[in-house]
Amino acid sequence: MDAYRELILLLAATIRVATPLVLASLGGLFSERSGLVDLGLEGKMLAAAFASAAVSAATGSAWLGLGAGVGAATALALVIAFACVTHRGNQVVAAMAVNIIVAGLAPTLALAWFDQGGQTPQLEGPGQRFLGIAWPGALLARRHPFPGLAYAELLSGHNLIVYLAAALVPAGAWVLYRTRFGLRLRAVGENPLAVDTAGISVNALRYQASIISGALCGVAGTYLSTAASAGFVRDMTAGKGYLALAALIFGKWRPYPTLAACLLFAFADAGAARLQGVSMPVIGVIPVQFIIALPYLLTILLLAGFVGEAVAPKAIGVPYSKER
Amino acid sequence: MKAPARLPRWAEFGLLPLVNLGAALLISGAVIRLIGESPWAALRLMVAGAFGAQDSIGYTLFYATDFVFTGLAVAVAFHAGLFNIGGEGQAYVGGLGVGLVCLACGSLSPWVVIPLGIAAGCVFGAAWALVPAWLQARRGSHIVITTIMANFIASALMTYLLVNVLIKPGQQSPETREFGPGAVMPAVDVVLGRIGIRFAPSPFNLASLLALAACLLVWIFIWRTRWGYALRVVGHNPRAAVFAGISPPRTILVAMLISGGLAGCLGVNELMGSQHRILLDFPGGAGFVGIAVALMGRNHPLGILAASLLFGALYQGGSELSFDMPHVNRDMVVLIQGLVILFCGALEGVFRAPLAALLGSRDGAGQP
Repeated sequence: MDAYRELILLLAATIRVATPLVLASLGGLFSERSGLVDLGLEGKMLAAAFASAAVSAATGSAWLGLGAGVGAATALALVIAFACVTHRGNQVVAAMAVNIIVAGLAPTLALAWFDQGGQTPQLEGPGQRFLGIAWPGALLARRHPFPGLAYAELLSGHNLIVYLAAALVPAGAWVLYRTRFGLRLRAVGENPLAVDTAGISVNALRYQASIISGALCGVAGTYLSTAASAGFVRDMTAGKGYLALAALIFGKWRPYPTLAACLLFAFADAGAARLQGVSMPVIGVIPVQFIIALPYLLTILLLAGFVGEAVAPKAIGVPYSKER
Repeated sequence: MKAPARLPRWAEFGLLPLVNLGAALLISGAVIRLIGESPWAALRLMVAGAFGAQDSIGYTLFYATDFVFTGLAVAVAFHAGLFNIGGEGQAYVGGLGVGLVCLACGSLSPWVVIPLGIAAGCVFGAAWALVPAWLQARRGSHIVITTIMANFIASALMTYLLVNVLIKPGQQSPETREFGPGAVMPAVDVVLGRIGIRFAPSPFNLASLLALAACLLVWIFIWRTRWGYALRVVGHNPRAAVFAGISPPRTILVAMLISGGLAGCLGVNELMGSQHRILLDFPGGAGFVGIAVALMGRNHPLGILAASLLFGALYQGGSELSFDMPHVNRDMVVLIQGLVILFCGALEGVFRAPLAALLGSRDGAGQP
């Protein structure tokens, strides 16, 4: 019974940890499939985490915060797109620049506006955060742990953004594989010249993909500061953007395998918190740092071709130029 | 690809970086204004904080030494067409090598320990670059992604080692014990003091001579040796390199090993020169500053030297600034660093064309 309880709680934690990864990697999926390397996930998320917490703290509305988060992340996505699509700048450099800019700008603004050492005030007022939504009967179901606890912890009780993320994966897959826009988007990431020849604007498609990625990163960042915790703190994303990128690569640039990779990485992360200092049979104590490094090790192994084969979109990272 | 507009050399290496830097500083100034402080006052305080006293000059040069190493590391990889984002991790692991030598041989003569420490830093840093390099060379795995992943793995590995293995017994914070007396890179103020010149104490140490030597060696290597030529050919056109009998995989390996080795030297300055122990996260983002430095310095050792000085001054001036302007601290410098990367790296084409038009295209005759 205890093991069952532990497992359910572990899985519930996995869902909570996975949500921002799922959203960000889905955003990265759109921009990378359009041929843009999306190293900027980290910066866009961090900007959204700050903007949403700041606006929510100032206005008392988590929804306005969400709007600000999506707006900030989308604006940064447009900056990167302006540099890389319009001016054909180096995509890796542009994204790293944005990540570093946000790492400096967010705490600077937080310090100046809120005077709390680079973080936003605690979001404690009503409506300032996205809180868990209890499904009907969840409280009652807890009395019958099997399967009631699973219902109460896994299905019920999450905040709106978690459910939104769960819904956006099939929606994203549908857009990518079942719509004309999705077909064009995938084509522009493989062979932009062909798309251009067909009379469709390569740049417009890439801008659209950037905006989608920015918006999704905005939701992911908002989740971090106004749902998963109560306010923005310095370096809040702590590499989650790069982890989402690793999940995207590990999922071979496909929606459902990427979702699976996010869940796997999140499971490892949630497990690491629980396994701290616990001695396992046969292997003994697993160092937490090993579990933290595991997703990155797995991604390197995958890229090395030791775990299946990851084929990136063919035109990724190459600026498109009409003149030849 | 449309060829980018050509500029005369003095504009390419002097004016354009300055224009890009100006744009970055302009936006930083706007941010300072936005948070209710005066940009001019901030600039004055920063310059005074970086160059106003002997010890602040010492700190500026100390930080600049860090950035020369990481900037050269990024630049060498750039010449081979590789974007090494892993400088941070390579510097971190390189520092492990430096620190291990210092811990093991700290009681020996400095004449033995210092060369050994430098060698260990290079070897460990290069070793950390080896896996991404090999994967890029042999398997085509994208080096940007693998070096980012390697940064995170390095951070986890070093945390593990410092918390569980190398920590000084009976101590809470994850640091090693202090190095022995032989493992101290002499500070410049001490050396000057011996010949009778008084200079205020600062962490500025003789690792800066190593940095200058590294600049010279990188210049000789890139522009005056066969290996450097091969590196640049691969960077410009890997297919042409194959026809010229140059092996791109081997060249990639060489470039990345040198790059990692240079980044690994950071530990010589930081650990042997200043901290005298290994501690958590001692590179403190210097690996990423290296990207800005290399981009601004146009991947040339002289440019990197100048850009390192600028960033050293920004770092030192930025920390002084926070004493006088409570709303501005070193985060501001991180912002400036990001803007420099944006304008010198990703948006450099924006100002290039207008500048070329302004100067007249006929001046481009000086270009090779």
